Amino acid sequence: MTHAYTPGLRLSEKLQIRKSRNLPLPGDVIVKKGDTVKSDDIVARTNLPGKVHSVNVVNRLAILPTDLRKNMLKKEGDSVVKDEPIAETSPFIKMFKSICLSPITGIIESISDITGQVLLREPPKPVQITAYVDGKVVETIEKEGVVIETSATFIQGIFGIGGETTGELQIIVNSPDDIVKPDDINETHRGKIIAGGSIIYSDAIKKAIDTGVKGIVVGGIRDKEINELLGYDLGVAITGSEDINITIIITEGFGQIGMAQKTFDMLKKREGSVASINGATQIRAGVVRPEIIIPYDDEETSGKSDKNESTADEESAGISIGDQVRIIRNPNFGVLGKVKDLPSELQTIETEAMARVLEVEFPDGQTAIVPRANIEAIEE
Amino acid sequence: MAENLNVIVATDCGSTTTKAILIEKRGDEYRQTYRGEAPTTVEAPFEDVTRGVLNAFAELEELSGRKILDGEKIITPAQGNTGVDIYISTSSAGGGLQMMVAGAVKTMSAQSAQKAALGAGAIVMDVIASNDKRLPHEKIERIRDLRPDMILLSGGTDGGTVSHVVELAEFIGAANPRPRLGMTFQLPVIYAGNKEARDRVSDVLKDKTALRITDNLRPLLEMENLGPARLEIQNLFLEHVMAHAPGYKKLMSWTGVPIMPTPGAVGEMIQAIARKDNINVVGVDIGGATTDVFSVFDGIFNRTVSANFGMSYSISNVIAETGIENIIRWLPFEIDEADIRNRIKNKMIRPTTIPQLLEDLILEHAIAREALRLSFVQHKALAVGLKGVQKLKDMSESFDRVTEEETLIKMNNLDLIVGSGGVLSHAPRRSQAMMMMIDAFQPQGITMIAVDSIFMMPHLGVLSTINEKAATEVFEKDCLIYLGPCVSLTNSGKFGSHCLDCVITYSDGKRTEDSLSLGEIKVFELKEGEKAKVEISPANKFDLGEGKGKKLVKEVVGGVVGLVIDARGRPLNLDGSKGKEPMEKVLSEWNNAFDAYPTLPFYEKL
Repeated sequence: MTHAYTPGLRLSEKLQIRKSRNLPLPGDVIVKKGDTVKSDDIVARTNLPGKVHSVNVVNRLAILPTDLRKNMLKKEGDSVVKDEPIAETSPFIKMFKSICLSPITGIIESISDITGQVLLREPPKPVQITAYVDGKVVETIEKEGVVIETSATFIQGIFGIGGETTGELQIIVNSPDDIVKPDDINETHRGKIIAGGSIIYSDAIKKAIDTGVKGIVVGGIRDKEINELLGYDLGVAITGSEDINITIIITEGFGQIGMAQKTFDMLKKREGSVASINGATQIRAGVVRPEIIIPYDDEETSGKSDKNESTADEESAGISIGDQVRIIRNPNFGVLGKVKDLPSELQTIETEAMARVLEVEFPDGQTAIVPRANIEAIEE
Repeated sequence: MAENLNVIVATDCGSTTTKAILIEKRGDEYRQTYRGEAPTTVEAPFEDVTRGVLNAFAELEELSGRKILDGEKIITPAQGNTGVDIYISTSSAGGGLQMMVAGAVKTMSAQSAQKAALGAGAIVMDVIASNDKRLPHEKIERIRDLRPDMILLSGGTDGGTVSHVVELAEFIGAANPRPRLGMTFQLPVIYAGNKEARDRVSDVLKDKTALRITDNLRPLLEMENLGPARLEIQNLFLEHVMAHAPGYKKLMSWTGVPIMPTPGAVGEMIQAIARKDNINVVGVDIGGATTDVFSVFDGIFNRTVSANFGMSYSISNVIAETGIENIIRWLPFEIDEADIRNRIKNKMIRPTTIPQLLEDLILEHAIAREALRLSFVQHKALAVGLKGVQKLKDMSESFDRVTEEETLIKMNNLDLIVGSGGVLSHAPRRSQAMMMMIDAFQPQGITMIAVDSIFMMPHLGVLSTINEKAATEVFEKDCLIYLGPCVSLTNSGKFGSHCLDCVITYSDGKRTEDSLSLGEIKVFELKEGEKAKVEISPANKFDLGEGKGKKLVKEVVGGVVGLVIDARGRPLNLDGSKGKEPMEKVLSEWNNAFDAYPTLPFYEKL
């Protein structure tokens, strides 16, 4: 059978997932292999070096760089507190004495008798890494981090903003084509992740933030809303570190696009469970897509067959005739259909470009020729 | 070795695709004969660049019938239909070479350092200078946060300032930066500043970084010496950056000459072609994420990389930088602004899609014009003469605008523009690529426009370092597609006023006469390689580079699009309010002059 390799977004009801939780700098891992962890448990911690401040002491004291060390009251490595004298002159007449005070509490990092500059460093800043998902520690990497494994529903979005968060999943619309309106959001959604619908506008996003909703999962969003929320026009799709008090994941694309029925049904089925979501997106070499992970707890897992369980690392097999695909460019953007034919020869499309194409059959029986580059496999 | 090369295999390991070409000597000339490609395999699950290279070779073997591999070993030398004489490669996989540069004065040593890094093929993430107005702790945090592949530190002429350079070294030391690849390795730092400060810089940095010291890149105010720093960057690129990237150690053992960063190799090729014909050249490579611009003017080479102007990953940034109105001004039809914004964002998040509708294609071409234009503006700003040098000026020069005075890019002296990258090389009609380049670069006088047919400039660039003849032969015969010469005004005037009369005399004696008004552009038939004499007489106030009202007589050689006479004026004015006709209609007329787009029933209004 003819195949075409077109990577799609993962969508799986039950998947064995491994998440690496790594420190930015070497530090301490505080869980051990085999431990069961909750999403907000701390698994590793380290100290980030403190901010460096510089003081040009020779200018302050009006001395030569070569005389700096003579006038220093502190040496490299010494602790200092804010406003403590670190250097002073010893003139013959005391009233002409000049003193240089420390601008911070920290340590003396270096003293330069060439530039006359003294560098001071603030105390280290502790950083902790949480487990992010409920699961089991299956690997610890000394001083670097851990790997957590969990059995979960796994859905990849196409784009997101905001970082990792967890909360109970709640569907707030009746159908995947509904618009998420401010009236759909109320006080009961505080601390939760709300999902469903084809689009959400600024008024509803604002209401969600004001209510204390932790995350929104929706089919589409306008570029305008993202700009308003961030306060700038997003130039390059590298996101995840925005400080916006909410995480937003879109599953289909920009504009009003109904959430794929399958995605909607899967979220609906897991409503009430705790979901871990991350809006981080990076679309370059080493693609990162936003994710929704809804782990199964022990009771949910026990007694169920794992026969259909797959792993997130499995390679995509490409598409074949009969596969479900989504069209990801105009015309018919966002429409789902089945692959009817995969002709191997190049065909001329409307732009006059020669492209490899496939024939898609829509649910109403109509068909369309689409460049293979413009479809996405619905992967399971 | 260079003389005995009959069969050469070359690859360019890009971020997404590894492209292999076969070059063979047939008779007395070198030709590119076959091409194969495969996905690059630097990242998981493969994490070994050589897998992709072997796959690309396998495709070459299948197409050419030449056996290149014995298992996973390249067969050398070539004998009959087996083996190759040398394997060469470039690489930009994994984001290419990312550097930070530092210098004492922003417009002097720091700028020279930036040029050295760019010329070696790097993306410059930031330029730190003693006078860049950032506070010391801001500089230190920036150095720590960016995680470059290496840092180039310069500053001070030989015998000049020591304290400013040592201060910068202290900032780098305090930041204790970590390299992007390999958590446990020390960051490579190249010192190419005042030689009097070497010991002091070494004291500060030798324990904290992998320090290399090379010749000062600005030994005198009047002199740049970028060669040694560039060479050191490329050596460190191989030793530190490449050696830590998955599979590169093995790849390095296969190649006959060191692997070059892709843009560094393209720069070599542009320089080779400028040298060969003694011409001024501008080259551009517009990719999905970045746009590189190269220029050689009067033998001086410059390269800039606009790291966030591209046609897919960075497409949205083009709009963010230029403003949506600058995109809309190129569209010959009305379209809702919100709709454009959503379409562009959708391209950004699904970067591999291609335009299927003509409307989408025209929109992408509009964005490409702006990406190219902005990248060229950045290039002109960096390709300048040395600052800090005393110059004698007459009164009239003193009144010229500074930017005009300092840039080395003199459009009226430009002989050749070479375009490369998907949107130009793969435009459905060649005339579309020619229009995009003329609109973006706005050449003046007579300029030949060409495109790289299948993006083999990197391969040829590395080849030019061992056999320049082979590289330039293949470049001219198989790589370049000459679109045609463009003859343009160098100034402007009243829209619609009569501005020039032209006579074209073809080699078979046929003559064509025409006259153009300001705002018009016309394409005349002149086939690839065909010669013709053009005589153009501008009206009194108009200038074709010879002086106002002065006649231009030149012999030109044609291309696949033809001979273009551009009487739209410089700078190109897209403000429709000056003409009697709406801008959409004017744009359609320009498109029609080039027969740039098909006329479909739905698009008849175009």
